[in-house]
Amino acid sequence: MLLSLFVVNKAGGLIYQQNFSDTAAKLSSNDYLRLASTFHSIQAISRQLSPAHSRFGFGIERIETDTFVLQAFQSQTGVKFVATASPETKNLKNFLRRVYDLYADYVLKNPFYELDMPIRCELWEVMLQLAVEEHQRSNS
Amino acid sequence: MSSSRASTWNKLGDAAYAKSEKVSADLVALTYGSFVREIIKDFEEPDQVNKELEKLGYNIGIRLIEDFLAKSGISNCSSFEESAEIISRVAFKMFLGIRATVSNWNSEHNSCSIIFDENPLAEYVELPPEYTHSLFYSNLLCGVIRGALEMVQIIVECEFVKDQLRGDDTNEINIRFKEMLQEQVPWNDEE
Repeated sequence: MLLSLFVVNKAGGLIYQQNFSDTAAKLSSNDYLRLASTFHSIQAISRQLSPAHSRFGFGIERIETDTFVLQAFQSQTGVKFVATASPETKNLKNFLRRVYDLYADYVLKNPFYELDMPIRCELWEVMLQLAVEEHQRSNS
Repeated sequence: MSSSRASTWNKLGDAAYAKSEKVSADLVALTYGSFVREIIKDFEEPDQVNKELEKLGYNIGIRLIEDFLAKSGISNCSSFEESAEIISRVAFKMFLGIRATVSNWNSEHNSCSIIFDENPLAEYVELPPEYTHSLFYSNLLCGVIRGALEMVQIIVECEFVKDQLRGDDTNEINIRFKEMLQEQVPWNDEE
């Protein structure tokens, strides 16, 4: 089961956050912001642990805990999509790819959306909700 | 450039093109045309018009790159050379429905040309004589390439060197590699 989604811009700023379940932890908006930028930094630092001197790869992709998993996906341009879900959830990677598609279509192609700013696009909300429902169905 | 990789990219371009939604080429050509006329009316100086078109293209490019990466399945380019090939074989096909070729590499391998014979933006255009030596009608494309590459940390300069509307035998956009933006590390003790 999906818990929540974060979209983080290339500077580490949280530009979107949404919970999909009542069981998702509710934090204050400041805490979400702090969490996003901290994760952004940790991910950048974790890249330095990579044994191969690769320009590619973007550090931590998945964190597993007893109570939830966190899956991250980063585009070549540096935008990060992070989902949290209950531990048994499958296909999180595909879900994030799908969210990236939606972001490319319904956020960036909206001429009134300003790059790197918080996402307030109605179509994106609608399409995201559909993608979430589809994912929940495929997992049940 | 190995031919197997080239054909893989061609296939990726075809697949992305097949998947994408199509609109009438005339609609695009006419919209772009009235657009250019409007900018000429506003700015008058052809040089300034070229700059404005490039700027518009840049703003398209910085958004379009995400669409390109999301839909094309291209992940990493290991060199500027590879990036140029992918632009011509995948991106041109995906967004313009045409395939371009890359050539005219200089000896330092930091400058090349993207060449294409068919230009859907300029399908019906005949430049009036006063513009044939000054206006680059499709200069938008230069901006798109520059904007898109900047978002993947590659800084380039782009300009038209040949334009069929000016009587040249083909269309040629020159791309010059400037620098790779370094990834920002969130902390740096030394500084």
